[in-house]
Parts: sequence; C-alpha cells; structure tokens
Amino acid sequence: MSAQRKSSLAITSSLPGPEDIYRKVLPNGITVLCRANFNSPSISINGYVNTGSLFDPSEKLGLADFASSALMRGTEKHSFDSLYNELESVGASLGFDSGIHTTGFHGRALVEDLPLLLDLLSETLRQPIFPDDEVEKLRHQLLTGLAIRAQDTSDMADLTFDEILFHGHPYARPEDGFPETIQAITRQDLTEYHRKGFGPRGMVVVIVGAVEPKKAMNAIGRVLGDWQNPNQVDPPVMPELKRLDETVERHVKIDGKSQADLIIGTNGPRRIDDDYVAASLGNSILGQFGMMGRIGDSVREKSGLAYYAYSSLSAGMGPGSWSVSAGVSPANVKKASDLIVKELKRFIKSGVTKEELSDCQANFVGRLPLSLESNGGVAGALINIERYSLGLDYYRQYPGLVKSVTRVDVLEVAQKYIDPNRLAVAVAGS
Amino acid sequence: MPEFTKSTLTNGLTVLLKEIHSAPLISSWMWYRVGSRDEAPPLTGISHLVEHMQFKGTPKYPASVMDKAVSRDGGMWNAFTFLDWTTFFETMPADKIDLALRLEADRMRHSVFDEKEFASERTVVASEREGNENEPMFQLGEAVQQAAFRVHPYHHEVIGDMADIQSLTRDDLYRYYRTYYIPGNAVMGVAGDFKTKEMLNRIKELFGKIPSGATPPRLARPEPEQRGEVRLSIEGQGETAYLEVAYHFPAASHPDFFALSVLDSLLAGPSNLNMFGGGSISNKTSRLYRALVDKELAVSLSGGSTTTIDPFLYYITLTIHPKRKPDEALAALDAELQRMRDELVSKDEVARAIKQARANFAYGMENITNQAFWLGYSEMFARYDWFLTYLDQLALVKPKDVQRVAQIYFRPQNRVVGTYIPSVKSDA
Repeated sequence: MSAQRKSSLAITSSLPGPEDIYRKVLPNGITVLCRANFNSPSISINGYVNTGSLFDPSEKLGLADFASSALMRGTEKHSFDSLYNELESVGASLGFDSGIHTTGFHGRALVEDLPLLLDLLSETLRQPIFPDDEVEKLRHQLLTGLAIRAQDTSDMADLTFDEILFHGHPYARPEDGFPETIQAITRQDLTEYHRKGFGPRGMVVVIVGAVEPKKAMNAIGRVLGDWQNPNQVDPPVMPELKRLDETVERHVKIDGKSQADLIIGTNGPRRIDDDYVAASLGNSILGQFGMMGRIGDSVREKSGLAYYAYSSLSAGMGPGSWSVSAGVSPANVKKASDLIVKELKRFIKSGVTKEELSDCQANFVGRLPLSLESNGGVAGALINIERYSLGLDYYRQYPGLVKSVTRVDVLEVAQKYIDPNRLAVAVAGS
Repeated sequence: MPEFTKSTLTNGLTVLLKEIHSAPLISSWMWYRVGSRDEAPPLTGISHLVEHMQFKGTPKYPASVMDKAVSRDGGMWNAFTFLDWTTFFETMPADKIDLALRLEADRMRHSVFDEKEFASERTVVASEREGNENEPMFQLGEAVQQAAFRVHPYHHEVIGDMADIQSLTRDDLYRYYRTYYIPGNAVMGVAGDFKTKEMLNRIKELFGKIPSGATPPRLARPEPEQRGEVRLSIEGQGETAYLEVAYHFPAASHPDFFALSVLDSLLAGPSNLNMFGGGSISNKTSRLYRALVDKELAVSLSGGSTTTIDPFLYYITLTIHPKRKPDEALAALDAELQRMRDELVSKDEVARAIKQARANFAYGMENITNQAFWLGYSEMFARYDWFLTYLDQLALVKPKDVQRVAQIYFRPQNRVVGTYIPSVKSDA
C-alpha cells in the first residue's frame, strides 16, 4: 500500500537507549535519569523515595498514605493554598502517592516552569510541616474515601483478594488503611514517619520532556543535591510468603448492587524474576490479547456474562499476583467463576498454541512505540529500568527478550504458579 | 503547529489529515454523526449497541480476526459513543496503518450483525449498565439529566434505558447502521507519520467507492427554556451524600463558550478537553474549592461542561463532608456564584485561566492519538478551526464577559439540583 514505509529502523531508534538516556548518581545517593523530547513544550517529572506502607504499624495502617497526601498541605515556606496557587496558576501539577515499598511523585508543567516545579518538589519532600488543621481536613477526606471504598464492589473485591492471597504477609494489608487506623494516626506520627522515611538514599528522579538532559541534571542537583538525612531508616525486611494450601473463597456482601465483582487468582513472579516475561506473555494470551484473551472470549464474547473479564499479572519488588477479574450480575457469579477456573485448567494443562504465542510476541514488540510516546510513558519506562536494574538498553533488547520465549517457557511458568486447587477467590456485591 | 489538509471525497466523506513525524505511529479516527441525541424511546441505547456490533465482524474480517489482527500489529483500537457522535479509532505503528484503513472501510458497509452475536452482546451491554448502576454518581447523574431535558433527546443516558436494551432487535440495529454509517455522514481524521498525498490517495482507493447514501435526518427537538429551579433527590446505600448541580449551558459553537471556559477555570479548575494524554491540573485554588472544601462543607469538588451540538449542561459535583448537610454546601455554592455575578473578576484571574488552557494543550500535543482525535472531534460540534483558534479566542475574553455569562447562565432558575441521600445517616 502506498502509505506504507519501512519503519523498523525508525521504531528502534525512537525507543529509549543508552545514548539518549542520561543517568547520574548524585553524591547524596539520588539517582537521576533524563531524556529529551522536544515534540511538545512540556515536561514530566516522576520518581520515588524509598519509603512506603511497609513501615506502617498495624494499628496505624494508612500512615504512609496519609503522610504522602499531607506533604502538600503546607511547608516551611508555603501554606497549602499558596503552594497549590503557584502550581495551578501556571497549569502545572504535582502529587504524591505511596505504595508498599516506595512513595512515588509525579509532576507536569510547561518547560518554562520546570524550575518552579523542582523547587516545590524539593520543598514538599524536605520541609513539610503537617499543619494541624490541614491534617484534620485531610483525615476527613481519607475517611470519606474509605466509606466510598466500602461501597465499591471492585475495590472491596481487590482488598479481599489480597487479604486471602497474601495472608500473614504485609502485602495483605490495604495501603489506605481502615477507618479506625486512620483515626489513630496523630500529627506526631506523620512527622516521625517523615523524619525517618524520607531521604535521598534510594531516591530516583526522572525528567522527560523539552529540556536538554544536562540542564535538567543540573537543575535537579541544584534543588536536591544538598539533601542529607542522617535519620533515614532502611525499609524492614519482608517475611517469606506462605502460599495457600487450598482454595479459599470469601464473599463480601454490599447491599443494593446490581453487579458483583469477582477475582480469582494466585501468586505470580516478581518483576526481576527470569520467568517474568514468559508469565507476562502467558497472561496476555489468557486474558488480555485482542478483546481480553481467552477469558474475554469465554466469559464475555461467547457467554455474554460480563462487560469486563480479563486477567492481570501484578509484578513488583516482592511476590506478585496473577488473577482474573470480572464484573457480573450477582446471579451469574457461579457460572462466570466456573468458566474462569475451566480456562485456568486448560491453560496449565495444554499451555498455549504456537500461533497464540507468536501473536502476543508481535503485539508486545509492536506496541512499544505507542506505550513510549508521551513524556509520562517514557518516564514510567525509565523508572522501571532503575527500580528493577533492567539496564539502559532494556527497551532496545526487549524485542529479542520477548521473541526468545517458547511455548514450553509459558507452560512451565503457568504450572509453577497456577494451581486450580489453591486459588484465592473474592466476590463483592449483593 | 504542523499543517493539516481537509478534503471531501465525491461520496461525501470528509477527510482531515495532519502529518506528524515525531514517532513512527499513525492514528486514524472515523466519526459518524450519530449518537444518543438521535434516539427516541423505545430505541434508547441503540447508537451504543450498534457501536458494539461494529466489533462483531464482516464476512471479510470476522470478529476474532479483526481483534487479533490489530493486536498482532501492536495497535490499539477502541470506540466511543457519545451524545452527538460515535467514533472508532486505531493507533498503529506507521507501517501497519493500512490494516486499520481497510478494516474501517470494510465495516462502514459490510458488518454482519449476526443474530446470535447480538443476543450475546445485548447481555454484555446490560451488564455494562448494571455496573454503572452500582455507582451512586451514575444514579444521581441520570436523574439530573432526565430532569434537565423534558423534550430534547439529551434526556437519556448514552447507554440507554434497560427496557430498551432488553427489547431492541437485530433488525432495529441493522437499519440504524445502514442509515447512519455512510460516507456523507462521516468524518475521518488521520494524524501521524505519513505523506499526505499518499495517505489521501489510499483513503480514496478504499473509501471512494462506498455509495454516498441519503443524508440521514437528525432529530430536532429543542428544549424549551427552564422556568424555575428543579430539585430532586434519590436514596441509596452507603454513608456518603453527594450533590450535583447542573446548569443549562450553550452549545460549543456559541460565542459565549469561551468566556464560560474561563469562568469554569476560575470556579472549579480548568476542564481538560483532551481525550488522551491531557493534563491533570488540580483545582485546589479554584473559588469553589476554597469556599466548599477548604471550609469543610465538601470533601471533593469537580466542575465542567462538555462540547455539544445543542445546549447541554455544566455540572458541579460535590462529595459532601460527613459532618455537613447538602443544603449547607449548596448555600455556600450559591454565595460564590452570587459573587461571580456581582463582582468583576481580575485580569490576572483571566490570564491564569488562559495559561492553564495553554498547558493543557501542550500536554495533549505529546500524544499522536490525541492530536488525531481533535481533527474529527472538533468537526462534530464546530470545525477544526475551533480547536486551532481556541487559545486565541480565550485570549479575547475580558472580565466583563465572564461576569455577563455568569449572570446569564449561572442563575438558580436555570438549574437542576440533585441530592444523593445515603441510607446511613451522618453526624450532621
């Protein structure tokens, strides 16, 4: 066709690689990565500090989440209102969200406002003052969020699934806590958590956008290069995960709902494990590819039971999860659940076909430029590179890595993790 | 800003093309001038169901083949049905775009609408609606929209009423498809890494032979002016109360739209019109946030309108503070709107709104899919020029314009106030 052109070369060179990712470790331990993109006059800043809900005491669960939300509620130099006024007046944004291992930040601005954004990032990270009145306002907002969560079938199914699958492990705990634990957190707790958790060691900052990487590096050095925190504590060691001995089912009843959410799943690999890519391809065949893979075909297309039915692989620093989710009419929970288990059994018995695997491999390689198009997309990729030590040439090597996975690899990883007799099953709804 | 071209094929298909060579990607969008605005009972929800059936295959590309072909090539595709339009898009690696073009040309004319596939898809859409009904905000939004439009078909939700989802037939859908899915009722927007002349020739090859068909009629049922405030409440589970206040608002092509966009930024923070890759500018220093959330009458707030052919609504939505009542929040909201009507805003506030819009535009430019989206989207309610001159039009807005539109549109007589009352009573 006439609009075609040979673009495999163009695709490769548009992916981030060692010659266009600039990486430097500042003397205080902060790792900085930058990549230029002059297609739009905007920039994205992303990154994380090395603290999260792993530090939360059980009776104060939600502390890390509370603290990360409170960072922007006032600093030594700015009130809550004046801080947001600076940002919003120039159409910039900055926010924090805590995870289990790290607390992430993400900002966006026109490139002319990069210095402002960096100043505010540094200030909120280093000098938050957690004003009493703002902490109380925030507490009410968090409690309302939890009241809404209690009515949300999808959120409650997620929460229950993690409780079952990660029983006895920190991953079983919801990062946003419970009403009683949010009530128990004091301003002193927030201050103390910040004092010990936030510091330059293990921190990563990524800037992508319309700025020369060297300039961006210098700008970060200027605002964060002198940060020291002798009190910074290393994260606690995670206990071993004990896998389920048998299938465990739990149903959370929420009145007045016309649809129930169902999650069925098991454990999955860590992001750094060798079998991650094979699991990822297998997951795509199981419940992603095309209109949600085999699961979508069975539960949605053939049976018309659900608007959404898909599988997901969640792989991070620690043990991951591999699960299938569906939103179904309360009367159809059993039917959908049987279909899903049937697909899981087929998956671990017969594996995947040659055609399915090659389709998914082509999809993984072909979609790369699309996922790396925006500044935020590239920033996410650079964070992955750093967090999981993937190497600066990872996205250049990625096509080869994907294509090297065999049907046997997929079958082995499926059998390693998925046992139809040891599943976590969570349902939330009426 | 890169050049664009606009042409019309002999069969009436409008084609907008924009070359962007920043990444080896092409995004192609096909827009049909049909949406829930064109529906009357017992056919509500038919536009959305037809959109779903467009993924169910043609003789040449059966359902499973379509899906897999796009995914195999590393593409992303989807479709949306809205009040005024239905759109289908594919974003592909540049050397794979031909598949998307062939597929779109084929399903403009040859979709099968298989009876069995339809039976299954009906239950999928019923399930989609049930999922929506789980959400208090959907329940409240639907009630408010119905109260705001007695005559105009904006009365019902895009997804349609359950009674109609259950009773529509395959033949209803097929007739609708053949009536509206014709070149003269469509606009195609393609942006990305191609040469315009080559792309246009290829589009002519693939789409040029499709018969033009008769221009379908569009429903014309203007909503009479609302005479007095309407209040309603619905009751449901949970312990959180919500308030939604909807003001009748002009069409996107109305000259007041730009002053209202500035007003929106000031009141509730800037609305982001990008469909992909837009900004996420917060609204914590907007007037309503300061008056309602800072003062602990609400715990969150959003506000905004959308771009429509006919006058639609500007929504202000509040999640009520657990220790407060919806009426207290409404009183504070009214005080702020009164201030907007009585006092001129400052020039600095107007300049700030313009800068926010400029930032949102820049964020949207990072993404080829979003740039392609705008080519056709703007044609659905105005012209692409509307998008190209948007920032210039905003720059012409003066404080007195903002005051004038506040006085015209943000009157209690021009609104519907909806309250979601939870089953568990709060402390208030």
